Amino acid sequence: MTKVTMTVNGKTRTAEAEGRTLLAEWLREGVRLTGTHIGCDTSQCGACVVHVNGEAVKACSVLAQEIDGAEVTTVEGMANADGSLGVIQQAFQDYHGLQCGFCTPGMVMSTAALLKDNPQPTEAEVRHYLEGNICRCTGYHNIVKAVMAASGQQVAPVAAE
Amino acid sequence: MYNFELVKPTTLQDAVAALKDDDAQALGGGQTLLPTMKARLAMSDKFVALSGVAEIRGICTDDDGRICIGGGTTHADVAKGATDYPALASTAARIGDPAVRNRGTIGGSLANNDPSACYPAAALASNATICTPDREIAADAYFQGMFETALEEGEIITEVKFPVPQKAAYEKFIQPASRFPLVAVFVAKFSDGVRVAVTGASSDGVFRWSEAEAALSDNFSAEAILGLSAPSSDGMISDLHGDATYRAHLVKVMTARAVKAAI
Repeated sequence: MTKVTMTVNGKTRTAEAEGRTLLAEWLREGVRLTGTHIGCDTSQCGACVVHVNGEAVKACSVLAQEIDGAEVTTVEGMANADGSLGVIQQAFQDYHGLQCGFCTPGMVMSTAALLKDNPQPTEAEVRHYLEGNICRCTGYHNIVKAVMAASGQQVAPVAAE
Repeated sequence: MYNFELVKPTTLQDAVAALKDDDAQALGGGQTLLPTMKARLAMSDKFVALSGVAEIRGICTDDDGRICIGGGTTHADVAKGATDYPALASTAARIGDPAVRNRGTIGGSLANNDPSACYPAAALASNATICTPDREIAADAYFQGMFETALEEGEIITEVKFPVPQKAAYEKFIQPASRFPLVAVFVAKFSDGVRVAVTGASSDGVFRWSEAEAALSDNFSAEAILGLSAPSSDGMISDLHGDATYRAHLVKVMTARAVKAAI
């Protein structure tokens, strides 16, 4: 075991890691931040997406020891300072961008990465960017609406006319 | 996955030294290797992470006009940085998904030589040179079959040099679950001829379709491809996503599309 220290959501966190310990495991079991979800554990579903040094990565496919010293942002870091929901989180709530909610942490983190690079994406760009995030409730339409709303763009009403 | 010791060199010299250990294996971005280790299909007592070796990252142009990409450069960085070779940047931009592209590296992809990976097609069609600490290997000699390359044990890719074609395009027929190509074709037109490399189709891995190269060198048009027979289905991959005959057919279709898309 080796002590690994990272800045997680602005706070210094230290926990032990084996060579094989994945960032997702280190966050969940070492630091007890369980907002990062492990869905498939095969790098396909994107539920574990977090930001490492500002870039979206799948936390189940990065070794904790490898990124010792990194700055990490997880879904727990997406709320406002007063604890209220951040813009992206609020948009997911407003537009019902989640059903069971399991994929949501990864969706929110991928959305944040997309909007940082492309603040006003088209709907097609949103769908393309989120191709690595799988929602097994298949609620993609509302997820896309939530992302469009989070980017400050017009969104068609959710309820059927 | 089984436990191992992780070594994190920060210089190429230290990485090469660490890999002299018989039990050590290189770890690039880990986007294929880590899932393979989790499935216990790969293991080693020691892994040498190359992500901390800054000198094998980055993109530049050499005196011959070739785009030179460090082996540790991520797909995302190639997508953004290889602006002088748009077809290569576009290939990198379509590998996996955004999070995978932020970690996966060109050196890792070429060293693994997955029979359905994208970069082997780009490197072979571009007549790229694969560089290691001690030698340079021409793409034609580098790819030696499914998951087989000219690399020796412990040898790592430090740089890949891509000659820039006059026109090129990469067209892939995507397998939506894995986001790997079912079949994909990279076409590159140089002043002295056309090279066509196919991935995803053959159980021997990436290959050049010589009949298409001859036809396109004579007449660079989709019609030149449509006049050919599809390549033989002998040795093509057959699985639940598509049988050998279908893959052979797709080779022709995707080659014609790549020629149309070439800029």
